[in-house]
Amino acid sequence: MASAPSYHMYPCGDHAVTIELGEGVDGAINQKVISLFTYLKKQALKGVKDIIPAYHTVTIVYDTALLKKEIQAPTVYEWICEEIGKLINSFIPDTLDTARTVRIPVCYDLSLAPDLVSLADLHKISVDEVIQLHTATNYRVYMIGFLPGFAYMGSVHEKIITPRKAKPRTLVPAGSVGIAGEQTGIYPFDSPGGWQLIGQTPVTMFDVTKEAPCLLQPGDEVKFYPITLTEFQKTRSHEPSH
Amino acid sequence: MSLRINKSGLLDTIQDVGRYGYQHLGINPGGVMDTTAMQIANALVGNDLNEAIVEMHFPAAEIVFEEHALMALSGADFAAEINGEPVPVLHPVIVQKGATLKFKQNQSGARVYLAVYGGYRLTDWLQSYSTHLKVKAGGFEGRALQKNDCLFFKELQNYSLPNTEQLCKVLHWTVNADSLYMTGAVQFIPGAEYHALDSKSRQRLETASFNILQQSDRMGYRLQGESVSSSIQKEMISTAVTRGTIQLLPDGQLIILMADHQTTGGYPRVGHVISANLPALAQKKAGDKISFQKIDLSAAEEILFAQERNLQQLQNACNFRLQEYFGNKI
Repeated sequence: MASAPSYHMYPCGDHAVTIELGEGVDGAINQKVISLFTYLKKQALKGVKDIIPAYHTVTIVYDTALLKKEIQAPTVYEWICEEIGKLINSFIPDTLDTARTVRIPVCYDLSLAPDLVSLADLHKISVDEVIQLHTATNYRVYMIGFLPGFAYMGSVHEKIITPRKAKPRTLVPAGSVGIAGEQTGIYPFDSPGGWQLIGQTPVTMFDVTKEAPCLLQPGDEVKFYPITLTEFQKTRSHEPSH
Repeated sequence: MSLRINKSGLLDTIQDVGRYGYQHLGINPGGVMDTTAMQIANALVGNDLNEAIVEMHFPAAEIVFEEHALMALSGADFAAEINGEPVPVLHPVIVQKGATLKFKQNQSGARVYLAVYGGYRLTDWLQSYSTHLKVKAGGFEGRALQKNDCLFFKELQNYSLPNTEQLCKVLHWTVNADSLYMTGAVQFIPGAEYHALDSKSRQRLETASFNILQQSDRMGYRLQGESVSSSIQKEMISTAVTRGTIQLLPDGQLIILMADHQTTGGYPRVGHVISANLPALAQKKAGDKISFQKIDLSAAEEILFAQERNLQQLQNACNFRLQEYFGNKI
């Protein structure tokens, strides 16, 4: 039977607390993280400014100065830990998989995939096999970080697990799809970056004009499908340009 | 009813307290580097303390007032002048239409803040006016201010001076901001990986001095000093970080995360600079040296609370002075 999860808390500075729900990169632990994040967001706890889920943690950023004025406790940290503890006691993690599945087209044409050949060579498999393996898996969005809308997804097939580049590129174009260790991700903006680039999506990952600007959210399930260079160019021309 | 940028500066942006509530989407809060300076400048002109403001680095913009205004500068002292007249920081100043504000020299600090009574008329992005340069949103068209940009005032400002040849008048009162800026060592509370430091590194952290490197910016301060080492060998799993987090980089050097920090990070968290110390730290610049002092969390909260009370008193005093001077006009 599902019950309140075990956890421990520690301060993340004098205005944030981190709740750790387990160890390692693990879909089941991350499911608890996302479920707790969603639950805590609904509780609207006084003084809370941000709730940030990551692989195995949820961090709560709070307004120390405001809470200090309003609460009766030796420290704001003790007060917030107690309040969170009470909330977690009456929290049952969602065991049902309620994740959305988002399908994202990726063009693996070598002109858009500067590291595809070297990655295939490193693992002694063909480029086609890399593409096949990369598109065969349903990935989980473990967290969003690094850049606005940059989803850390995992895990890639063990045959294509590849470390980051020793020397990061100074400019990775927006839409680039990369691999870093067992993670895969898409750069929402032009940015410096060290991930191995194996393709590019024509889809806008971050749209500033939208009220929900990010295409992906923590907990989403993502499936990539291959498109040709012609399809890539056609799709991109329909996207609003920035 | 505006001010116009006559010449752009190194990095002049609109900022407020930051954009909170979106870090789960990787949208970092940003906001002013020196929150205290923003609040003091706003208090001096009778604004809400967190009204959006112009943050400028040196060399700063040259600004022409196209309407009368009540303004104030706070934070760094860049030797401001209005048509040749020196304009001190931490004073309200009545400025007349046509006046030009220039910054001559970086005398102290890293960032100056310019408030006008009533604030600037802007459009928010996700409930904040802070400029997010990566996303190109918020603030003034999502970018740094450029030549000929006009910042419109929210309120009509009728501060005309009796002598039509006078372009500005520095009001005679000031505020004492000393109690709002910590001096001496930068205080921190231990981070989750503090105990993974060897004893020599822990000691070094509190005795050595660290140089702020040239690569330091609104994202973070890169430090250089004797290297620090931890027992953590394998790569850590990323978790959220906050403003003030002190990370240990693989080369043994430290970085302090500032306003434009990423939302998550995977480097060992040696410590966290206490909130009350961040304004003073935000006024340090490349080449400055800092040292650290470890304190506990309850002390960090007490210092912040005391600072808040002092700020509240400062605002009350400013409101009283403004009332006295302008009567019901403000």
